[in-house]
Amino acid sequence: MAQPAATVPDDSSVQPVTPQKELGPVFKAASGPTKWLDDRIGLAGLGRPFLRKVFPDHWSFLLGEIALYSFVVLILSGIFLTIWFKPSMSEIEYQGSYELLRGLRMSEAYASTLGLSFDIRGGLLLRQMHHWAAAVFIAAMLTHSLRIFFTGAFRKPREINWLIGVAMLTLGLIEGFAGYSLPDDLLSGTGLRFVDGLIRAIPLIGTWAEFFTFAGEFPGSLIIPRLYMVHILLVPALLLGLIAAHLALVVYHKHTQYPGPGRVQGNVVGYPVFPVYAAKAGGFFLIVFGVLTLMGATMQINPVWVFGPYNPAEITAGSQPDWYMGFVEGGIRIMPNWEWHIGSTTWSWNVAIPGLGLMGLFFGLMAIYPFVEAWVTGDKSEHHLLDRPRNNPTRTAFGVAAMTGYAMLWIGGGNDLVATQFHVSLNSVTYFLRVAVFVAPVLAFLVTKRICIGLQRADRDRMLHGAESGVIDRAPSGKYAERHRAISQGEAFKLTQHPDQPALLPLTDVDGMSVKEIKSEQRRRKATRFYFIDTLRRPTRAELEEAAEHHMHPMAIEGDGEHHAIEPEPEEEHHLAK
Amino acid sequence: MSEDTAHGQPGAELATLDQERYPVPDPGLEPHLPRLTDVDERAANRATRQVATFFGLVPILCIGFVVVYFAVPGDAWVDFGPLRANSRNLLLGLTFGLALLFLGVGAVHWARKLMDDQEKIDYRHSAASSDADKNYMLTELDKVVDESRLTRRKVIGRSLIAALATILLPMIVGLADLGPWPTKKKRAETIERTIWAPGIRVVNDVTFQPIKPENIEVGQLINGEPANLQDLEGAEFQIEKAKSAVIVVRMDPNTITIPPSRQNWQIGGILCYSKICTHVGCPISLWEQQTHHLLCPCHQSTFDLGNSGVVVFGPAARALPQLPIALDAEGYIVAQRDFLVPVGPSFFERDSRNDFKEGDT
Repeated sequence: MAQPAATVPDDSSVQPVTPQKELGPVFKAASGPTKWLDDRIGLAGLGRPFLRKVFPDHWSFLLGEIALYSFVVLILSGIFLTIWFKPSMSEIEYQGSYELLRGLRMSEAYASTLGLSFDIRGGLLLRQMHHWAAAVFIAAMLTHSLRIFFTGAFRKPREINWLIGVAMLTLGLIEGFAGYSLPDDLLSGTGLRFVDGLIRAIPLIGTWAEFFTFAGEFPGSLIIPRLYMVHILLVPALLLGLIAAHLALVVYHKHTQYPGPGRVQGNVVGYPVFPVYAAKAGGFFLIVFGVLTLMGATMQINPVWVFGPYNPAEITAGSQPDWYMGFVEGGIRIMPNWEWHIGSTTWSWNVAIPGLGLMGLFFGLMAIYPFVEAWVTGDKSEHHLLDRPRNNPTRTAFGVAAMTGYAMLWIGGGNDLVATQFHVSLNSVTYFLRVAVFVAPVLAFLVTKRICIGLQRADRDRMLHGAESGVIDRAPSGKYAERHRAISQGEAFKLTQHPDQPALLPLTDVDGMSVKEIKSEQRRRKATRFYFIDTLRRPTRAELEEAAEHHMHPMAIEGDGEHHAIEPEPEEEHHLAK
Repeated sequence: MSEDTAHGQPGAELATLDQERYPVPDPGLEPHLPRLTDVDERAANRATRQVATFFGLVPILCIGFVVVYFAVPGDAWVDFGPLRANSRNLLLGLTFGLALLFLGVGAVHWARKLMDDQEKIDYRHSAASSDADKNYMLTELDKVVDESRLTRRKVIGRSLIAALATILLPMIVGLADLGPWPTKKKRAETIERTIWAPGIRVVNDVTFQPIKPENIEVGQLINGEPANLQDLEGAEFQIEKAKSAVIVVRMDPNTITIPPSRQNWQIGGILCYSKICTHVGCPISLWEQQTHHLLCPCHQSTFDLGNSGVVVFGPAARALPQLPIALDAEGYIVAQRDFLVPVGPSFFERDSRNDFKEGDT
């Protein structure tokens, strides 16, 4: 059995103890520099709540850690790069060691990137590590947010931390894009050209925003120094602040945990920070760092010397942004060419809707979802146990639908590559995606919901009929049936610990409510029916006891054998409540 | 962070709620099972050796890194079949990466195999503060407001809010010089014009050689720039290049449609268009010779150069602007004038509804 961790008793009950040398090496050390520090900053008091704080262990909790650690790698490798990179658009003639570009006129930014790649020992490694770490950072944030979403970890009291996460994801995209634009090679310049068009398409203020961003016409001479400031100061500072707040809230709320025997709302079961968690997390940081270094060593990324310096009259076919901008790129590509003219003005919806609307929609939906679900359920209680995704089929289906829509857009971002790789018409791919981006999420929603309910049925079967034992009995009549055995209490507990969410019938007793209140409540009740009407109700204690009585008898009882195999399902009650 | 003491019995309020909710009683944590390394001293010793080996490899790899840093030249290459890698980059990365990896793996292995693996329990508390804390704060805040005299001298509060709001004004106005203001006049000087002018030669965009019609074959496409682009440098050069780039294309006059108004914009099937996409401004470059279509590699907007550059596919909304061309005294292709409409993406202040469309004459 696990033991309760040492809790912090009342200060008054703690008697001052004189450390005795024979207690261990730590006490010896504590009389030296640690004492000096403690005398000044109260080190023991500061560290006390954290030294043995418990963190639960699960592989899916590592996704956020990957994001954090790749951010640290980004900062470390980024500092290295700033030592040599020159964020200047002044034109010089390249005289570095890469012969194919020698004598060419290019910006100092591009020339210093070539210098980092060819002349600074380890520069290419760090450049590639930095780029890989950026790709991994955003991928880890996104998968971490999916884990949070599907397990319902965004529920009270963690909504603020969810919003901080959404903000960090948004900032991560901006940060990545700003960094991608700095080397001033042909690909990054093309990306900037696209941003120029995107900003110009903002209704009403587009031209002004464009002139203010680029200090005049594209490309001008200031955009790279400005993006450099954004990339190495503004956004990283914001991200650092948000990361600090994110982690502080994780500590304050204590980490969520998956349900299981002994793992309930009121506790958190896991390993203490010291020594196990520190060794595991510290070790995992080094593993992430090491893997990113190996990626930088062995996997080429963004070989800017192949693309050449930026030339506004040139482009390469198959131009692609980094992966995380792919969904916006896809939206831009599959959007019909709508442009409005009102009075003497032009409204470029063909760019503004996918370019700005899509990101707004994506992050907006993420940000409001916890509040929508809280309104539907009317649930005001705290949640520290994670949901198994199947137990909230509608939420899970929404998540998969969003992923599917994202995937369609992402495929759209490479519609030319899909066309050339699979030998299909580019136009057909585009027309297909224009429909699929709306239809596929609906299909994904329906399919996911059915899968979740199927999994709930499987759970219910296991609880009421027991687990398959693999032993087949033959009755004297010749019938075969499999013997089932009862599942452990621990498993039964895990399968039943989640609260049932009621689907509410329309309100009939409306005394004392204003018309507005009634309308709002009826809408909410309708939403609960949409969410929960076909969610399976978990068995009650009586049902489980009856099932145990009835079904779990060993097959030794003659004639009882058939009914495991052929008995119809107990009628599934959908949980409609008043 | 001594929240454990703040609410009396640790976790009590949450624990009682739980008991009513569970149809199956909580059996409590499963008993702790010892690992092999807990019961078999030899296994534990083996794990210890493994951890020490991982840690022991780190200094060796770090020394390897230093050796590579100073010894391996930058122009050495390793071949892996079809793949080629720079030796220095590869070896620096392998030594440092493996050193980090082994350090991490050693630490995790130590934690998993040898450290005490008894799980421990912490109790949770509601995220909200205790009633006592809340009461204290509310009462004291009330006093704070009273002591500040804000309630009695309301004008202080009001003027303070006004002051705080306007203190932002200098900070915002200070950004007004982020760029020149795109007033009507400024737009006419910048995004609404290019450096094309009457008599400016169309030159090859790499060699800056002027072009004669007899040097272009039917079906050929040449990337061009105005000859006066060479006079510019630095940012100005890039800005004008980003707007003035053109494509000169020769098509069989019998296979293309030229509206009456543009009959004299071309020279026997040689036409000149802006190279800048009207969608978001990428330089368009994929030429489909047989269909006369020009496809933008960024977002696949497709324009029909055999039909005044109208949009046939993709997200672009406006036809490619066409540059009227003629021949100068020496027989070189020159511009008759600047583009009639601005090149590149649409912008808010200009009504583009009268730009050339399919069916216009």
